[in-house]
Amino acid sequence: MKKILALIAASLVICASMSGCGASKSSVSTDGSTSMEKVIGVLGETFENDTGISVTYNPTGSGSGIKAVASGTCDIGLSSRKLKDEEKAEGLTETILAYDGIAIIVHPENPVEDLDVETIAKIYTGEIKNWKELGGNDAEIVLIGREAGSGTRDGFESVTKTSDKCKYRQELTSTGDVITTVSQNPNAIGYASTASVKDTVKAVKVGGVAPSEETIKDGSYVVQRPFVLVTKSDKKLSQSAQKFFDYATSPKASEAIKSAGVVPAN
Amino acid sequence: MTKNKIIESVIHGVFLILGLVTVGCVFLITIYLVISGIPAIKEIGLIDFIFGTEWASTAAEPRYGILPFILTSIYGTAGAIVIGVPIGFFTAVYLSKIAKPKIKSFMESAVSLLAGIPSVVYGLVGMLVLVPGIRKLFNIPDGASLFAAIIVLAIMILPSIIKVSMTALEAVPKEYEDASLALGATPVETYFRVSVPAAKSGIAAAVVLGVGRAIGEAMAVMMVSGNVPNMPSLFQSVRFLTTAVASEMSYSSGLQQQALFSIALVLFLFIMLINATLNFFLKKERD
Repeated sequence: MKKILALIAASLVICASMSGCGASKSSVSTDGSTSMEKVIGVLGETFENDTGISVTYNPTGSGSGIKAVASGTCDIGLSSRKLKDEEKAEGLTETILAYDGIAIIVHPENPVEDLDVETIAKIYTGEIKNWKELGGNDAEIVLIGREAGSGTRDGFESVTKTSDKCKYRQELTSTGDVITTVSQNPNAIGYASTASVKDTVKAVKVGGVAPSEETIKDGSYVVQRPFVLVTKSDKKLSQSAQKFFDYATSPKASEAIKSAGVVPAN
Repeated sequence: MTKNKIIESVIHGVFLILGLVTVGCVFLITIYLVISGIPAIKEIGLIDFIFGTEWASTAAEPRYGILPFILTSIYGTAGAIVIGVPIGFFTAVYLSKIAKPKIKSFMESAVSLLAGIPSVVYGLVGMLVLVPGIRKLFNIPDGASLFAAIIVLAIMILPSIIKVSMTALEAVPKEYEDASLALGATPVETYFRVSVPAAKSGIAAAVVLGVGRAIGEAMAVMMVSGNVPNMPSLFQSVRFLTTAVASEMSYSSGLQQQALFSIALVLFLFIMLINATLNFFLKKERD
């Protein structure tokens, strides 16, 4: 009897702890670039606060996102590169949402001021090993990077064409860690989103151009890539998706986009 | 049936559930790890996975060899034990046998505080003080290395070693020590010839506990070890089993993610082994 009562009590508690709910609302599905997680997250949140329409995001990578929108499994594809011509020929349209600028950072005491993309690539692939070769101090260059899968790493390696070839000394898991480490080591070089760079480190010029909102937007600062919304040219978006698209590309969204650490295009 | 009995049964039931929650969690985690860890091992091949020396999970041709992580975890833990155990052991002997009550209570609370410091704080201090310090001291390009991780881990395992050893040493019957002293042994001889041997399985348990703590630590070592999947070497940037999972999980997908679960499974097996050893020593201590 005692045992049965105990079991009943047990099952009651379990039942009480389970409560189901699930009302489906209209939502916008996005799919693609893992690097755009933050910006889509912020936009989705502000958009849902304003309209009540939720935005789902599936981090699969730019390639899969573009395929997904072409096959119609999502409303808006997210790509952190421009569309190729053959993708455009398949009936896809690109709309640039924002630019992600990547600053190349060194210790403030490092005399090196200016590097070009080829030199940066040579540094990161281990071809240039000493700051002396670049007019700096006689010291080994310490390469700081991000972990495999990071959007910033992907962006940096694709711009400098060094994918899978970088000989990192440290692979850190956040922008803040990279900045702190570079600020601690006079011989270190690292990369971080331009929006997060602080005075503790020095962002070098790339090909004579210093990273800033203007130089990133007009394309003269080259270590950058676009964040692109991909849609179908011939098919109209659903009502809620169109609303989100209009919001994301309007100047209203620029504050939210900035808070995600990238430069808004509109 | 009286009212009291009903209340008793209800309370028993509630306690039963609470107990089952704990057991359920362990089972859930175990089953989940096994189910999600097996597919990648199958796909990669057990030998290639465990004994592969190269890890490049996002390369065009991904390679998933975790030998560097396994060796790093073993070396790192062994290093922490080599540095941490002597310090912890002698501190425990001092505190439990020699120290004056005032000093003892002060040092004991310091040790407790050390145990309470979150691992991210160890990591932060390591990153800002230890890593640049090692760079300058050994005149190497960068201080983030296996050595830095060993130092941090050695400090982190001190509290568990000191506290468990102290408990074991204090449980040694006073008569043993009195007898030794009465036979003419000096106090120090008594501590090391009588008290320590009597408490040896408790001290062994303390060491095993330290091993468990060191091998499972992720946050602090992630901040000081550099995280590059090199084969371990004292002043090279290395990646541990724990940090391999933690550093790539957030953006991973597909086989890469499954492989991370497999790493977690390997780590889990290590921890189980350590736990079994711990239980063995604790059981010996009780007998």
